[in-house]
Formats: sequence, structure tokens, C-alpha cells
Amino acid sequence: MTPEVLSLSNNVPLFLASMLVKILAVFVVVILIVAYATWVERKVIGHMQTRLGPMRTGWHGLLQPIADGLKLFFKEDIIPSEASKVPFLLAPMMILVPAFITVAVVPFGPDLVIGDYIISQQITDLNVGILYILAMAGLGVYGIVLAGWASNSKYSLLGGIRSSAQMVSYELAAGLSIIAVFMLSETLSLRGIVSAQMGPLWGSISFLPNWYIFSQPLAFGLFVICGLAEINRTPFDLPEAETELVSGFCTEYSSMKYALFFMAEYANMVVISAIAATLFLGGWHGPFPGAINLLLKVFAFMFFFIWLRATFPRVRYDQLMTMGWKVFIPLSLANIVLTGIVVVILQ
Amino acid sequence: MFREFAKGLSITFKHLLPGHSTTVQYPTEKLKPSDRFRGLHRLVPTQDREKCVACYLCPTVCPAKCITVESAENEKGEKYPRVYKIDLLRCIFCGYCVEACPVEAIEMTGTYELANYKREDFEFTKERLLK
Repeated sequence: MTPEVLSLSNNVPLFLASMLVKILAVFVVVILIVAYATWVERKVIGHMQTRLGPMRTGWHGLLQPIADGLKLFFKEDIIPSEASKVPFLLAPMMILVPAFITVAVVPFGPDLVIGDYIISQQITDLNVGILYILAMAGLGVYGIVLAGWASNSKYSLLGGIRSSAQMVSYELAAGLSIIAVFMLSETLSLRGIVSAQMGPLWGSISFLPNWYIFSQPLAFGLFVICGLAEINRTPFDLPEAETELVSGFCTEYSSMKYALFFMAEYANMVVISAIAATLFLGGWHGPFPGAINLLLKVFAFMFFFIWLRATFPRVRYDQLMTMGWKVFIPLSLANIVLTGIVVVILQ
Repeated sequence: MFREFAKGLSITFKHLLPGHSTTVQYPTEKLKPSDRFRGLHRLVPTQDREKCVACYLCPTVCPAKCITVESAENEKGEKYPRVYKIDLLRCIFCGYCVEACPVEAIEMTGTYELANYKREDFEFTKERLLK
């Protein structure tokens, strides 16, 4: 009997079990990366600023994330008396949840053949995968607006509004920059995009893989920068803006709810890294077996983001908006036109 | 523009390489302060007493007014400070008292770990300063 693709129609218990395993595995891996990204960030930035970073808890501060987590759980949790309670409590989750559900469509390895069934290493493959990612990324904005509004503080409200302006404008540019990718791959499914990047570059240059970073370098750069701005990482961390707005939308948050915002920041970093690796760096393709390639690419991106944070100062708000609307959006539109012309000529 | 970006990134990356950290693991590892460092004061002892002759020059010259001296005479007819107190909460470690002293009875040491829990603990009496 030839193996067939495992689905709800041919083996219900096995399908559900495989889904559960995949979801748990992805969730645990993302949580672990998020927890240790905080440690890596403090270490790397520490060394880049010629200091050591955490050293006290565990070997070179390795147990610091656990200690931080414990501390945050036991800190006093304050809800402002005039705040709108329900949105105030919902907002941190509204930011965190989209980050986690976006990973569902990222393929993390080749198909496995177990017994009579083919199991894909991807929680689910949507044929509109990229649209799903863009839609879920858009949900994060609600969390920020809600947090700013529900805090019943003018600083938070202003912080929330301008953060959402930032995230929305960079989402546009990020969305436009990846259009060029699916013009080349002719599919919206992430699985399809990954398999389109198999083989040697343009079918002829054998020492380079056919990754879209080589065919679409401009789109890659735009996506990484816009992604960075959309997830509010330094140098685009204006939502936090502790100097101008007393940490903007999250002024009134404390304890674990505050930590959720920062968990979301790191989870978003993982997501943007994973999507950039999938769209431009061939996903799980590479010299190592399966998911290790994707993990290494994600780590490389996250290191790059941390490196940027250690190097560049925060941009001014008007510079940020000018860059988004007057530079990145026209550039990505021009890239789409250029790609279109090349695709038509090649046909 | 891109050259500047690359330059900035290369500087931070160079610092990441091992051997660039200048931090010391403070409570376990301590640096020796320079000889000219002005830390906690010390009253210099001679054979049986402090060198100080209670001339009042140090409280006079002190810009922070943190030194209290009360003079007295001992059985040999020598002047000595019956009370000599420095309020470290006021002291600015300028070293003027050391410069003003005609008999070199006061000097500044390299002791810098001066944190304490109570205000009273910052009152350095003659006995503590003689140690």
C-alpha cells in the first residue's frame, strides 16, 4: 500500500494525535526561544557594550529567565481604579495570541512517512497562508490600542494611537514587499513557497540555492526592516518610548501583564524571523536535517535584530513615518512593477 | 549611508568578540583603587594617642561642615580632641581637611565600601576613625 497524506478522512485518531504533537512541539519551542531570547539579548547587548550581562543565577546567568519569570509572578499587580477592567485585562492577550497562532502556517520540515501515512511538518497548510499571516499580524494592533485606551491615562492613549499608526503603516510596506515573492512562486501557501525555493539558483547556478533573497534582494531588505518596525523592535521601538511617553501604551501595566507585552515582542521576533526565513531563505531547506535549518535561520535573524538594537539609536517619530510612507511603500511598489516586467519577459 | 550602517554594526560586533568586557564581578572580584583615591578618613595614631592636636583647622576649612571637634587637655598638658566626629552623610571627600592639617593627623584611605542601613552608622567617631 502506498502511503497517503494523513487527514481527517482516513484516520481520525492518528490525525488528531499528530496535530496535538505538532501544536505542542511548536508552542514549546517558541516559548523556549522567547524565554531564552531575553537571556541572549541581555548577554549579547552586554558584550557589545563591553560588559558581561547577567552572571549571577546559574552558569553565566543561564537561569535568569526562570528567576525573572518567578519574580514577575510575585510582583504586585496593579489595575488603575478608573481603568476599563475587561479590555485592560484582554489587551496583553490580544497582543500575545496573534504572535503564537501565526506560527501555525510555517512549515518546519519535510514530509515524514510514518507507517502508511505522510505527515507534514507544519501545523496546517493554508492555500492563503500569507494572507493569514498578514491578517493575524494586523490583530496585534488591537491589543496596543486597547491597552492604551483601557488604561484611562492620556499618555497611554496617545502612546497607543501613535503605536497603531506606526504598526499599520509598516504593515502596508511589509505586505507590499512580499507580493513580489508570490509573484515568483505563483502560490500563497507557505509550503508551496518553500518548495519553489528548492534546487540550484534559477535552475542553472549550482553553488547557490534558489532562495528568493537572491532574486528579490530589495524585497528581502524591505521586509526585514518593515517587519522590525511592525513588531516594534529597536531602532523602531517608539511604542515603548520610555523617554518621551513614559513607556507609552503600557505605562499603567505591571507585573505579569507587563511581561506579556514583552513576551509578545519576543514571540513576534520569532514569527518575523521564521516568516522571513521561509519566504526568502528557503525555509527548512539547507545543509542540516529538517527543522534544524529553520531554527538556525531564525536564530540568525534574531541575532541580527539584537545586534541592531545594540548599535542604533531610536529614530524620531516623524522620521519613522516619513520612512514608512515616502520611502518603503514607493520602493516596494517599484519592486512589484519591476518583478512584474521581469516575469512577463521571462515567460 | 550604508557605509555608516556597516561601520556601526562592525564596531558593536568587534566588542562582542571575547576579551572586550571591562566589567568586574564586583563583590567577588575587587579592583584596587588608585593611590590618590579619596575614600574614608583615618586619624593617624602615634605611640599612645592620635596625632591630632585639636587645632580646629579641619572643621574651619571643611566646605561641608561635617567635622565636629571638641578640644581638651590631658594630664601632660597636651591638647587632644575629646570629640572628633565626621558625618559621612555630609562629607564630600574633598580632602581639604587632610591638606589643612598642620601635623598630618588625618589622611584619606582607599576604603570605598561605605554603604550602611542606618543614619547613625554614618557618624564616624574618633574610635572608628582611629581603626
